[in-house]
Amino acid sequence: MYIHDEFDSTLLKERVDEFRDQVRRRLSGELTEDEFKSLRLMNGVYLQLHAYMLRIAIPYGTLSSTQMRMLAHVARKYDRGYGHFTTRQNIQFNWIKLSDLPDATADLASVGVHGIQTSGNCIRNVTTDQWAGVAPGEVDDPRIWAELLRQYSTLHPEFSFLPRKFKIAVTASDHDRAAVKIHDIGLRLHRNGAGEMGFEVLVGGGLGRTPFIGKTIKPFVARRDILTYIEAILRVYNQYGRRDNIYKARIKILVHELGIDKFAREVEDEWLSIKDGALALDEAVIADIRSRFKYPAYEKLTDNPDELKQALADPTFKAWYRNSVSHHRVPGYGIVTLSLKPVGGPPGDATAEQMDAIADLADRYAFGEIRVGHEQNLCFPSVAKRDLPALWRGLDAIGVATPNVNLVSDIIACPGLDYCSLANARAIPVAQEITRRFADHDTANLIGRLHINISGCINACGHHHVGHIGILGVEKNGEEFYQVTIGGRADEGAVVGTLIGPAVPYAQVANVVEDIVEAYLDLRLRPDELFIDTVKRLGVEPFKERAYATG
Amino acid sequence: MPLVKGGQIVADRYVRILDDAPIPANGAMLVPAERFLADASELIARQAETGVIWPNNRDIDELGPYLDRLALVALVFPKFQDGRAYSQARILRERLGYRGELRATGQVLRDQFVFMLRAGFDTFEVKKEADAKVFGEVAQRYSVFYQPTGDGRSPAFRQRLQGFATRAPALRGAGR
Repeated sequence: MYIHDEFDSTLLKERVDEFRDQVRRRLSGELTEDEFKSLRLMNGVYLQLHAYMLRIAIPYGTLSSTQMRMLAHVARKYDRGYGHFTTRQNIQFNWIKLSDLPDATADLASVGVHGIQTSGNCIRNVTTDQWAGVAPGEVDDPRIWAELLRQYSTLHPEFSFLPRKFKIAVTASDHDRAAVKIHDIGLRLHRNGAGEMGFEVLVGGGLGRTPFIGKTIKPFVARRDILTYIEAILRVYNQYGRRDNIYKARIKILVHELGIDKFAREVEDEWLSIKDGALALDEAVIADIRSRFKYPAYEKLTDNPDELKQALADPTFKAWYRNSVSHHRVPGYGIVTLSLKPVGGPPGDATAEQMDAIADLADRYAFGEIRVGHEQNLCFPSVAKRDLPALWRGLDAIGVATPNVNLVSDIIACPGLDYCSLANARAIPVAQEITRRFADHDTANLIGRLHINISGCINACGHHHVGHIGILGVEKNGEEFYQVTIGGRADEGAVVGTLIGPAVPYAQVANVVEDIVEAYLDLRLRPDELFIDTVKRLGVEPFKERAYATG
Repeated sequence: MPLVKGGQIVADRYVRILDDAPIPANGAMLVPAERFLADASELIARQAETGVIWPNNRDIDELGPYLDRLALVALVFPKFQDGRAYSQARILRERLGYRGELRATGQVLRDQFVFMLRAGFDTFEVKKEADAKVFGEVAQRYSVFYQPTGDGRSPAFRQRLQGFATRAPALRGAGR
């Protein structure tokens, strides 16, 4: 956990006071809705189809049990008893009243949680691997760098009115769980030939209506230079990014129009003029941030305790254990994923009761620490393996032990037309129907790893471009239609999926997904050839034939 | 539109000269960038103060050769959401070493004061009278800053190493 200090809590209090004043001015009519808009957005407040929505940042996906209980409290007191975890390590409350917002944000600030810069054309919540600090083989704990970036970017006086939103993600593993290649800036911690730790910096990735995979702008930036280098990128973008057209305003378009080489030269020139300034990081600053991340006092435990051996005789426990528990860097411990994808449920939703129960289980079995991943699931980063059977019973009792992590029913979906004022089509009911079709865990296991991502509009909050199967809702003559892509991926081999054919109506989407999955089961070389690898080997044609044959 | 300087509403001494109007021999004046660049040598030779209104889509480095003779640079916020002039301000202060008056003009509202002060602005043509009146109070709203800028305040990441005892003074231009 990151331990907030007086600086952090003072700033949050000051921010809440400012926001309270802004809401007061809006309610009294001193501010027009238009003037209020960019102010509320910078505090995570959207105006959605039915109500104001509050988006709360969970920096680098790390939550304490105390913070989780406060989320439950906000859901219960100010909302309708639930929240929605998003693809960006945020949580959204969909039904908050404008007049309640200052109190809700004050309650959240009391435990170090806030909605600052979860919206608006500024540097958004910095995200990372939900397994940060516990995954085997990491170069460093990427949260230290995400925290430095969080502080650097919070209320930045130069970069709070950028041409468009700006998203930064950090990974420190060979296997990228943070999707850094689809961010405005992606950072990959690694060691260079001399064994020195630093960052590969990628720029210009993003989804939306013009998807791009990020390009490497500099293969190695030393740790002392990372903030100055990012400042240089932002300064070039702030001055030269397009502001004439909202759809061409992201940095990916500037990088594309200038070309990565010319863009890199502009950044380099800027960087050389600031690299030795006040923003250069010395080791003492890095060490201070590092010292405020507290790690559990791990015990020396056996990796295969009796409690676990006995419990594995139960096939239901075994199915969950195999699916939802991953290797931890410390022997005797596991990383546990909590599926927020129950069959027939809206992906990423949790009720206040679930949040409270999760906080209690985290205290009992997981050192009080909870993580949120971009796949819209939660995670207990450190659980002693001997405690897994008891934990599993607790998770199962509140419906977050569905053994479908990374399987076909572990669907990413945006809120879609059920909530969102931008959406063209529903996303949640499509996800719910697909999970019903693949409710049988044996079938899902037979299919293996398969990521379905659903967006209700071209803005791509559901990351459809990088789903192994991607589903995009569009509107045609007042009806919901869905385009289907296959072969996308968001990891270290990130690629945008390929459209398989004309859009299909709402009622056909689940059928098409079933056809594609059946085609894969017929076409794969071996049971362990993943869907994504079969698509890569064969291209889209054989899938297209199957999907449209039965149309 | 009220002008705020040193936290107080003050009279604007500068007269704005349009592109083709004659240049007065005396008195502080403010001219658009194109006019300034066209007659720069003549303008900076005047005995009275000269200022320039610099648009936010023009390279601020072009002003470099004239900065030591300019009394005022006015940067423009055509919309609240258009933040290009924040970068221009920091470049002027921190790279080009400009020490004269740096004025924020256009859509200038109370919610930007802290950002603008930190970016190096010291005078403000405030859109709303009510915002101008609360300038001093709003400018003091924050006591914690996470990033270093040319305003000289020590960011939190350095202050932590020194302890709370050495908090930086109030924002320059905040008037207290």
